[in-house]
Amino acid sequence: MNFDDTPQEAEFRKSVRSWLDANAPKQFEKGLKTSGFGHTALEGVDVMKASKDWQRKKYEAGWACLHWPKEYGGRGATPIERVIWQQEEGVYAALSSLFIIGHGMCGPTMMVYASEEHKKKYLPPLAAGENIWCQLFSEPAGGSDLAGLRTKAEKDGDDWVINGQKIWTSGAHYSDYGILITRTDPTVPKHKGLTMFFLDMKSPGIEIRPIKQVNGQSGFNEVYFTDVRIPDHQRLGKVGDGWAVSLTTLMNERLSIGAGMPTGFPELLDFCTTLETGDGPAIDDRNVRSKLATWAVRTSGLKYTAFRSISALSKGETPGPENSIGKLVAGPTMQEIAMFALDLQGEAGALLNPDQAAAKARFQAMLLRSPATRVEGGTDEILRNIIAERVLGLPADIRVDKSVPFNQIPTKGR
Amino acid sequence: MEFDFSDDQKQLKDQARRFLEAKSSPKSVRVILEGPEPYDKALWKGLAEMGFMGTAIPEEFGGLGATYLELCVIAEELGRAVAPVPFASSIFLAAEFILAAGTREQKEKYLPKLASGELIGCMALSEGVANASPKSIQASVAGGKLTGTKIPVLDGNAADFAVVVARTSAGNDARGISLVIVDLKGAGVTRTDVETIDPTRKQATITFAGAAAEPLGAAGEGWNILQNVLDRAAILTGFEQLGGSDRALEMARDYALDRMAFGRPIGSFQAVKHMLADMYVSATLARSNCYYGAWALSTNAAELGEAAATTRVSATQAYQHCSKNNIQVHGGMGFTWEFDCHLFYRRSNLLALSLGSLSIWEDKLIDRLRAKNAA
Repeated sequence: MNFDDTPQEAEFRKSVRSWLDANAPKQFEKGLKTSGFGHTALEGVDVMKASKDWQRKKYEAGWACLHWPKEYGGRGATPIERVIWQQEEGVYAALSSLFIIGHGMCGPTMMVYASEEHKKKYLPPLAAGENIWCQLFSEPAGGSDLAGLRTKAEKDGDDWVINGQKIWTSGAHYSDYGILITRTDPTVPKHKGLTMFFLDMKSPGIEIRPIKQVNGQSGFNEVYFTDVRIPDHQRLGKVGDGWAVSLTTLMNERLSIGAGMPTGFPELLDFCTTLETGDGPAIDDRNVRSKLATWAVRTSGLKYTAFRSISALSKGETPGPENSIGKLVAGPTMQEIAMFALDLQGEAGALLNPDQAAAKARFQAMLLRSPATRVEGGTDEILRNIIAERVLGLPADIRVDKSVPFNQIPTKGR
Repeated sequence: MEFDFSDDQKQLKDQARRFLEAKSSPKSVRVILEGPEPYDKALWKGLAEMGFMGTAIPEEFGGLGATYLELCVIAEELGRAVAPVPFASSIFLAAEFILAAGTREQKEKYLPKLASGELIGCMALSEGVANASPKSIQASVAGGKLTGTKIPVLDGNAADFAVVVARTSAGNDARGISLVIVDLKGAGVTRTDVETIDPTRKQATITFAGAAAEPLGAAGEGWNILQNVLDRAAILTGFEQLGGSDRALEMARDYALDRMAFGRPIGSFQAVKHMLADMYVSATLARSNCYYGAWALSTNAAELGEAAATTRVSATQAYQHCSKNNIQVHGGMGFTWEFDCHLFYRRSNLLALSLGSLSIWEDKLIDRLRAKNAA
């Protein structure tokens, strides 16, 4: 029972530290520290440029995409080395958020299913941050029920012709490429008629419309496809095997474990310590303390759960569905914390301008961003199903549409 | 990083589980639940033969001199088996008090017999409704004689001696509090069973009328020593709570798989699946926090206080959550005396109180986090 590195891990950490000491973009450190929860504190900085510059620097020194093979621009590092890198990169990792989907999901999927020629052509620029990739999965008719998607791909000569609509595509508006799951056969049951492709996001016939979110920002998009042509050689996996390919993509999402997910607790503790109420600092209030304690132990529980996963990785074990608890706990906790922090502010809790609101409106930003955390990348309800079915061994849900040809599944509730 | 128990420790845990499955079955727990015996004497003897009581007691005082990590895995299994024995009172409390504050003579006198199970100790703190505070302690020692009443005292009837928290100088503040050891079989001690929510761990009211009191630790240091020992006991008890949480979750899961309603196992309904998933989440967070506590206890870390309060709050919440929802998943049958769900429900609610209630530990946690933040 210890938190110590093995000698090899310590050696690796040392080399990471010394490179970061010499190369990290320290001018952004302070701003990045106070950013988060949909709250950006990098004022007057071109975040896209800063991110690409940092990625390029890492790539040139061999610190990009640690888990990828060297030949495609990675480092061929072990999973535990990747975790050590994440721990040491710390606040600067926020500059990699543009690349998370490309590096964590699209790249690994390409590695399994793309041709050697495509891998050599597309993966190194992705690792270097020259290109940004997105993942075109969710649709208006297929969110949690991804296999209910309706975007059509029809064969025409050596090309496929795509028509339909995707939604909730993070970063589509600045992406160069994307991986796209489509329906190629509506006459078979829904999981069997899917096919995966990758495509150039500048292809004719693609229209991208940003979605204005609850918090006024636009990180997600709707993407419309009108007769978009994709050459057959950009198909990933066999025709009709798209479901299996998408599972590879989603499995990779789960491998990205690092520190525990943020809940907003340290920020709330600071806030309650400094906030003066009529009877002294808020933290002296019994009601406040009780709530703080509950969120403290959840936050601590997530942190040490992550440490247990890291220990398992260190022994060469593969993380499993039990890692679903991170977001399931962090999302609702963040939302509760935001609401409580506003409550402590009285009527002024409604203020949103950082110059007027308490704590530079950090908790207001958290309030307006947190609903998304509970939905994106698996809703709270889907995560509970995963835990119930895959960890506890309970029966899968009864699926009435499972063996029905896709085009005979009812589409209207009433 | 190896934030986990070692293979040897896991093996010890398996060994303890096998032993307790055989010797502390629900059937034998019910003998204590329904009968007059203060604890399961055959099980106690068996635990002593396995050497479990002496696990973390140094070899020079008759123990095995293993680490607290070994004691943590044993605690988890005792909790899983809802073992009806005064293990926590004797080992997590009495032995810890003596290790923390005893003279060499006291260690030599008590520890070997605690390690062998020959002697049973307990803690006498509470003096009625409300959490114990320096103000609530009115039992007093004068001229080596203790006078006052303690209620309730966990394992007070099973124990041979008690570490009593008492006042050695008048007033209301902590500086007047000291610890004394009292022979519960000696003159001036009256013990009476009290009815409680969990008769598998019997409790007593003890009246001291001029009972001989042996000082433990310096006069006036009692409250400080108590806080330190409660922290250590909270981590070990956290593992007991964790073992109980896991078992309650398993029982609920198994029942949900077997019980049919509306033509399907009830475990196929999302309302039930999600309830079980939430129990798993609580138990997992508690496990991770308990490991943090175990690390702090075994390394005597500076963060021991923070880790203890974290463990205590998390494990208490998890066990109460899992045990109450275990009954809910079982439906009406969960409310019968015949089904075992109530053993866990009772124990979870007893353990939630036995070292001071949740609100006290929430306060300790926030005080400690705040102090760390300010540093």
